[in-house]
Amino acid sequence: MKKTLLYSALIIGAIVFAYPFIWMFFSTFKPDGEIGNIELLPEIWTWQNYILVFDRIPIAKGFLNSLIVTSLVTISVTLFGSITGYAFSRLKWKGRDFMFSLSLLTMMIPFQITLIPTYILIVKFGLTDHLAGLIVPTMVTAFSILLFRQSFLTIPQDLVDAARLDGCSELGILFRIILPLSKPVVVTVAILTFVANWNEVLWPLIVIREQSLMTMPQMVALFAVGGGSDSSIGAQLASAFLLALPVIIAYLIFQKHFIKSMASSGLKS
Amino acid sequence: MKKLSKMIKPGFLLSMPYMAHLSLFFVYPVVFSLILVFHRWDVVTPMEFVGFKNFIRVFSDEVFLQSIINTGIFLVLHIPLQIILALFFANLLNQKIIARGFFRTLYFLPVVVSGVVVTILFQQLFNYDTGLLNQLLHKFGMGQIPWLVSENWAMPSIAFMATWKNVGLYVILFMGGLQSIPAELYEAAELEGASTTQRFFYITLPMLNPTIVTVIVLSVIGGFSLFIEPYVMTGGGPMNSTLSAVLYIYNQAFNFGHMGYASTMGLFFAVIIFTVVKIQRKFVETEVY
Repeated sequence: MKKTLLYSALIIGAIVFAYPFIWMFFSTFKPDGEIGNIELLPEIWTWQNYILVFDRIPIAKGFLNSLIVTSLVTISVTLFGSITGYAFSRLKWKGRDFMFSLSLLTMMIPFQITLIPTYILIVKFGLTDHLAGLIVPTMVTAFSILLFRQSFLTIPQDLVDAARLDGCSELGILFRIILPLSKPVVVTVAILTFVANWNEVLWPLIVIREQSLMTMPQMVALFAVGGGSDSSIGAQLASAFLLALPVIIAYLIFQKHFIKSMASSGLKS
Repeated sequence: MKKLSKMIKPGFLLSMPYMAHLSLFFVYPVVFSLILVFHRWDVVTPMEFVGFKNFIRVFSDEVFLQSIINTGIFLVLHIPLQIILALFFANLLNQKIIARGFFRTLYFLPVVVSGVVVTILFQQLFNYDTGLLNQLLHKFGMGQIPWLVSENWAMPSIAFMATWKNVGLYVILFMGGLQSIPAELYEAAELEGASTTQRFFYITLPMLNPTIVTVIVLSVIGGFSLFIEPYVMTGGGPMNSTLSAVLYIYNQAFNFGHMGYASTMGLFFAVIIFTVVKIQRKFVETEVY
C-alpha cells in the first residue's frame, strides 16, 4: 500500500516534468489548428513547422555561432581558471590573498551593476555585432578559479615538490601533475560553463543585432517574439525544440556529470 | 632582463591574464557605473552631468516600484513552493526505490534546458483557450484560469513556471542534505517518543537549514535576474504586471538609451539583492543555534 502510494507520487512527478517536452515534440508535427487539441499524437503529420523555421531564420548558422562562442568560452574558462586557480592555491606571492578576496568579491556583486558599463566597453572596443563581444567578457570567471583552487588544495605537496626538483616548470606541474589528478573539477567547470553559455540570451540580445551573428537561443527567442514566425505556434515550438535538442542529447549521455556539476553550483552562494 | 623575471614570482605571472581581465571587466565597470549614475547618457551624444537627478527619479518612478513589487510577488510564491516540492520529491527519491536514476534524470531535465525553450513551451500551455492546463482544468470540471492575460495571474504563472524549471536542482541539493543527517538523531528521537511530525520539525528542518538558505539565496538572485521569461511571454504586461527588474533596466538602457538612469536602477537592485541575502543569512544562522 505504502509502496503503491510512493510509486504513484514518483510517476506523477515524472509525468509533470517530462510530459510538456513530449507534448512539445509531437506538437511540432501538428498543423497549427491541431495544437490546441488535447490528443498527444497528431492526426495529420506535417513537416511544415520545421520548413517554416528553416525558411525564415538561419537557425543552422545560429547553432554554429552558439557552438563557436560556447566552445571557445569553455576552453578559455577551463584554461585560465586552472592556471589562476593554481597560482591562488599552490604558489606563494605578494598580493595573492588580496587578489583572491577581490575575486570572491566579484561573485558577490550582482551583474545588474556591471551590465551597462560592460556593454559600453564592448562598444568602445568595436565588438558589437561581433562574436568576440560574446566571448571576451566571460573568458575567465571567479567561480571556476574558486572550484579549481579548492580541488588543487587537496593534492599532496610531495608530488609538487618532487616535480619541482625534477626541474618541472610551474605550468608543467599544473598540466602534467595536477590537472590529470583533478579530472572531476575539470568536468564540472566545463559542463557548468558550457550549459550557462549555451543558454545565455540577455547578453547576445544586447551585443548582437545582425541576424547572421546571433546565437541560437537569441534567434529562437526573437523568432517567437517578433513577426518572423507568422505567429505560427507550431513553428515557434519547432524552433524551441531544435534549441533544446543538443542540450537534451548531451544531458542524457552525461547525465550523472550534469547533475553533479550543476548541484555543485549551489555552493556558489 | 633576467633579473626582472627572477624578481617577478611565477604565481604573479600566472595570475596576470586573470588580473588584466578582472581590471577590465570588473573593476572598470563597477567604477564606471558609479560615474554613470550621476549622468544622462545615450552613448552617442556626450555625457551630461545631472547630479542626483537619477536617484530622485528612482524614488518617484512608479514603474520601478512596480518592478520591485512584481519581483516580491514572484519570490513569495516561488520560494515556499520550491522548498516544499523539492523536499517532497527528495524524500521520495531517498526511499528504497527501483529506477531512482530514471526519476532523478526526468526531474532534473528542465534544469538543463534553456529558459527560452521553457518559456515558449509554457506560453502555449498557459494559453487561455487552447492551452493544455486550461483544458485539463476543464476536463476536471474546474473553471479556466487566465494565466497570462490577467494582471493578477501573470506573475504567479511565471513563478509556477520557474518552479517547474528549477525544482529539480533543489531536489538534488535536498537529497544530499537529507543523506547527511545522521541516522542516530532519528533513532534517539524515536526512543524519546518523538512523533514523525516532531522529528520532521525538530530534526529534519533544522538540519536542512544550510540547503534552505541556498535555495532562498539562489531564488532571490534568480528573481531579480528574471528577464527572458517576461521578455518572450508577456513583454512585461499586462499592465506592467510582469515587468521584472532586469527587463526594466533593459528597456530603459537599450530601447530608450537612458544609460545613466538604467545604471542607477541597477545599483538599487544590487543593493536590494545584497541586503536581502545578508539579512536572510543572519536570520537563518541565528535560528539554527
